[in-house]
Amino acid sequence: MQPILNVSGLSKTYDSGFEALKKVDLAINRGEVFALLGPNGAGKTTLISIICGLVNPSAGSVTVDGNDILSDYRAARSLIGLVPQELTTDAFVTVWQTISFSRGLFGKRKNPDYLEKVLKDLSLWDKKDAQIMTLSGGMKRRVLIAKALAHEPQILFLDEPTAGVDVELRRDMWEVVRKLQQTGVTIILTTHYIEEAEEMADRVGVISRGEIILVDEKAELMRKLGRKELTLHLHDPLDSLPASLNGHDLELAGEGYEIVYHYDTQGERTGITSLLKDLGDAGIRFRDLQTKQSSLEEIFVSLVRGRK
Amino acid sequence: MNLRAIQTIYLFEMDRMRRTVAQSVISPVISTALYFIVFGSAIGSRIQQIDGVDYGAFIVPGLMMMTLLMQSISNAAFGIYFPRFVGTVYEILSAPISAMEIVVGYVGAAATKSLIIGLIILATAHFFVAIEIRHPVWMLAFLVLTCVTFSLLGFIIGIWADNFEKLQLVPLLVVTPLAFLGGSFYSIKMLPEFWQTVTLFNPVVYLISGFRWSFYGQADVGIAVSLSMTFAFLVVCLGVVWWIFKTGYRMKP
Repeated sequence: MQPILNVSGLSKTYDSGFEALKKVDLAINRGEVFALLGPNGAGKTTLISIICGLVNPSAGSVTVDGNDILSDYRAARSLIGLVPQELTTDAFVTVWQTISFSRGLFGKRKNPDYLEKVLKDLSLWDKKDAQIMTLSGGMKRRVLIAKALAHEPQILFLDEPTAGVDVELRRDMWEVVRKLQQTGVTIILTTHYIEEAEEMADRVGVISRGEIILVDEKAELMRKLGRKELTLHLHDPLDSLPASLNGHDLELAGEGYEIVYHYDTQGERTGITSLLKDLGDAGIRFRDLQTKQSSLEEIFVSLVRGRK
Repeated sequence: MNLRAIQTIYLFEMDRMRRTVAQSVISPVISTALYFIVFGSAIGSRIQQIDGVDYGAFIVPGLMMMTLLMQSISNAAFGIYFPRFVGTVYEILSAPISAMEIVVGYVGAAATKSLIIGLIILATAHFFVAIEIRHPVWMLAFLVLTCVTFSLLGFIIGIWADNFEKLQLVPLLVVTPLAFLGGSFYSIKMLPEFWQTVTLFNPVVYLISGFRWSFYGQADVGIAVSLSMTFAFLVVCLGVVWWIFKTGYRMKP
């Protein structure tokens, strides 16, 4: 299937000389939820801003459903809805006025039924005549989503949708995203909350210092890069590891009561059998053991660290 | 052409005027009316006629122009500066609309507002002084041309300004002196010869002179010169706006 969004060789150098993006290539599949992960200043917002027309690219190209964002900007932008990171809303107009404005701006014929549905899906319907300034931060965030959806986009960009949002609202937001995906909208979200990507994304891209360093299925990524950790709880504490265990990558922890072993789930041999045998031979007895899969967060941190 | 977007911006901006009617319509009309009362009715009768026109009536075109300049600039400047300031401009930049459509929407609305204010002031002037309009079509033409040109200038200022102070700077420090010294209250023929020459470098002179001609058939400079100078200024403003969108100046990094 042809990707709905195709970024190729995209670079951006700001006037200050700062290189925000370095030859980024990225393809987004129709209907997926794609999470773009990266630390602050990695280039997430610059990438989104170029695609949406807020920032001029320095080099490279972007096509949205085959339409170039520069030469066919009308067609390209019509397909895109953008929810910005900051809560940038008008203050004095009502929710209904602001989403009608958004729809008109994109050249769409009035459609009160559709807008009603958008507001209802976002639990904003009872606020439709409220001035935006009277709404809470979470409600304003929803208004921004409603504005982005007002022109029936096929791609929705959510730039840090849950930054500064409380836990409950964050869960609501995830729910909203899931519902949207069911209607066939492609969703690209940036975040530095890993749990968000873990929760929602089909695929994950990691961006660091203006470069996409990895793009993969979330499950695949976690399988491939996920390391497992085996912790053995000992009966009697050890001062140091016996020399007979030197061949294994071990750590002594928990005041000598724990031995931690890291292993790769992808490896042909996990080394567990020989470790347990060597432990037995050394006369080390343990009363419990547990294994833990590393989270996306740990994967991410090790990836970004590895680049520095 | 995204006509619906132009209409949307235009109506949204006009609605802003409706919401702030006291500030955007009533206040300029009242302050202009105060000039009519003081200079027209109160002391105007003690000042001799200028070019055969009563002083109270003589100052009407100049005062209208002065208010129009200020209103056009501040309306248009604020109209585009505010979305930039609060950040809502992201939506306009990400919408499928051309630079020209954005300008038509914002500048069109600002010019319409000034035009409405100008016409209200003209109607108000009738209560205080006896005015005649010899060339009503030309008067309207000057009115519209001025509103559009200075709304464009305001749009430019609204993009150039990166704080509220700059937003006020040009209207207060440049346009007000130019309007006062451009013959709002006197005929430039009343100045010493040297200052008459200096005054000719003030673009507002041509606006006021041409506009006054449409009322009383009297002008400090020829009507053709007035018109071409105003058009020239319009073209310069259009050129700057074109450059702004081409380079992304202060809009798109």
